[in-house]
Amino acid sequence: MRSNQRRVFAGAIALAATVGLTACGDSGGSGESDSGKIELSIGTFTEFGYEDLLKQYEADHSNIKITHHKTGEGGPYHEQLLTKLAAGNGLEDVVAIEEGHFSDISDKTQLFNNLADIGPKDVKPDRWLDWKYQAGVGKDGTWIGYGTDIGPLAMCYRKDMLEAAGLKTDDASLQGYFASWDSYFAAGDQYVQKTGKPWFDSDSQIFNAMQNQLDEGYVTKDDKLALESNKDIKKNYDKVTAAGGRGQTAKLVAFSPEWNTGFKQGAFATKTCPSWMLGVVEAQAGPENKGKWAVTAAFPNGGGNWGGSYLAVPKQSKHPKEAAELAAWLTAPEQQIAAFKKTGNFPSQVEALSSPDLLGTTNEYFGGVNTGELYSTMAEKVGKAQYKGPGDGKIQENAMSPALQAVEQGKSPEEGWQQAVDAAKKIVK
Amino acid sequence: MTTVTRRASHQGVAPAPPRKPRLTFRQRLSVADVKWSPYLYIAPFFIVFGVVGLFPLLWTGYLSLFDRELLDAEGTFTGFANYAELLRDSQFWNALVNTLSIFVLSTGPQIVVAVGVAALLNTRLRMPTGWRVGVLLPYVVSLVAVGLIFSNLFGSKYGLINGLFQLVGLDPVQWQSNRFASHLAIATMVNWRWTGYNALIVLAAMKAIPKEIHEAAMIDGARAMRRFFSITMPLLRPTLIFVVVTSTIGGLQIFTEPKLFDVMPGSNNGGSSNQFQTITLYMYQTAFETQQLGYASAIAWVLFLVIIIIAVANFLLTRRIASTGAEDAP
Repeated sequence: MRSNQRRVFAGAIALAATVGLTACGDSGGSGESDSGKIELSIGTFTEFGYEDLLKQYEADHSNIKITHHKTGEGGPYHEQLLTKLAAGNGLEDVVAIEEGHFSDISDKTQLFNNLADIGPKDVKPDRWLDWKYQAGVGKDGTWIGYGTDIGPLAMCYRKDMLEAAGLKTDDASLQGYFASWDSYFAAGDQYVQKTGKPWFDSDSQIFNAMQNQLDEGYVTKDDKLALESNKDIKKNYDKVTAAGGRGQTAKLVAFSPEWNTGFKQGAFATKTCPSWMLGVVEAQAGPENKGKWAVTAAFPNGGGNWGGSYLAVPKQSKHPKEAAELAAWLTAPEQQIAAFKKTGNFPSQVEALSSPDLLGTTNEYFGGVNTGELYSTMAEKVGKAQYKGPGDGKIQENAMSPALQAVEQGKSPEEGWQQAVDAAKKIVK
Repeated sequence: MTTVTRRASHQGVAPAPPRKPRLTFRQRLSVADVKWSPYLYIAPFFIVFGVVGLFPLLWTGYLSLFDRELLDAEGTFTGFANYAELLRDSQFWNALVNTLSIFVLSTGPQIVVAVGVAALLNTRLRMPTGWRVGVLLPYVVSLVAVGLIFSNLFGSKYGLINGLFQLVGLDPVQWQSNRFASHLAIATMVNWRWTGYNALIVLAAMKAIPKEIHEAAMIDGARAMRRFFSITMPLLRPTLIFVVVTSTIGGLQIFTEPKLFDVMPGSNNGGSSNQFQTITLYMYQTAFETQQLGYASAIAWVLFLVIIIIAVANFLLTRRIASTGAEDAP
């Protein structure tokens, strides 16, 4: 009998344990610790170069303890971010948001603290390049994110392959090829005729750069789909697909395994190159191609930006003021220069762009060129911030890029355009 | 589990005498123990199932009646509008066809080969454990590694298979853009991974078949083939039904393989024109990329129904196939 009783108790305990286990959730991990310190958490993805900086901040602020959550890849990180925003808890006090995902939350300003209200008063928009600041502001004017880094665009090219095709690689000639998109495609035709090889990696890599130079993105300011109303988008599309059809595209999807192989094989001669792309080129093309790739301070139609992030303080945070102070400190020029030295993430702060640390940076793989100076110049060439309405990033990823890929795989440009429009209409209704 | 419950209820209820004697507290406690503790023991499963299985299922059904975005605080009730829209959604039908096509290309050959492999493993081999572990190995390999390997095999431009094709003078196959070729490639990934696993389940069932039946048949002069089809197959019926139903459920929910197969990293599009987007992939994209939670919930429910229909159909079919010839078996 006794053992039976014990079994009842064991069953009851098991039951209680199960209920208890399933009932308790993650409370987000922020609050006051036993020692009375304020516990802040920060969420980043890939490498922001913040490890040492956070230690320094803790040392300078004895009342603050920081937990750093790092996610390896940007994709899963932003999915988590959105899910936790939707759930209403579980987010860090400071969260990083990548530029490409910013349009997902730009109209959800109620979920974020307005940095203009809670941030330190001495942190003003003029700390950043204007276009960077503008792109961190939500649809209703809420200042959602402090800019961290940027990805100003320049053009990478295979010096040896251009020369083999009879294209001159002195500065003046390069400025000529990369002056406008028309001249870029014209040079491409010349290259293809001489070598029979592709000029760029894929249609969508070129199209995205062209698209980013327009005043308005895929969505108009009144939240309507611009794909059909904005004729410039279609014009760009026609130009790219026509050039691709003339053999200029290598049809390699960016960041796919075959694209990586393409760098080794010299499958294309030019590449749109944001600052962080230099590392990618070096890693993929490998030491055997050292000195063959070069980068020049010219980009068709001026300049552009691809990549870079923001730090935001969600409403869920229990210590918004302290979190904003931390975010403000991390995005100050000095700290971003330190992060740049560690990871190569290009700073977005005006003052940082003229720092000697930055301007003295050279890249051996690309023939010892002064990349610091080169990308500073390119950062200042970026015009004004493009208005990216809600759904913009999704249209890029799920409508335009697949459609351009379909054209490369044999669809007619007209069919491809229709596919893009249909897909975009499902995203922006 | 059922036998325990039954025995318990016999002890607890059946011997109740016509007139009730007064029981001491201890006795009553022991009666309660016998009567209720079996339920307590199985309760954890049902509670966990209720929390992580049934509740999400019903909540999804509830959500599917709303027009709601992921970040919206609440949605607007729209009744069955999501379902009506789904029936008109060409992308959904496209995904359904893709799913069924990949399912047929994977589950069919997989089970036939699994039974064959199990039959081979059932013969006298040196180092039987080594062979068994060998067939299970693909199942242990992480899916991401599988994706990496297969994207190298099935690369359109620098892929190994196309390289071999070109070596012998054949045209390269467009594994990504050709709809059927892409389904074939994904099905190959699934088969590679699951055949060994299913073979081991079938093997376990084969081992359970009494030797005497085979010996009796041998004395009657039945050859190996005849014994396989007249003895082994019919007696494998319950196991085959189990394998078919589980691989139906798995096969119709196929997600990771097509996601990893897409050359566009992280894409949920299933190819440039959704040529290999499965229903789960479409559902995931709708929920977490397009962020239409209500619509995604409707897709989830329709997928649930489709799986039930096909699983039941498969169950009936397998019962039929495996039972032909079973009549003359003991």
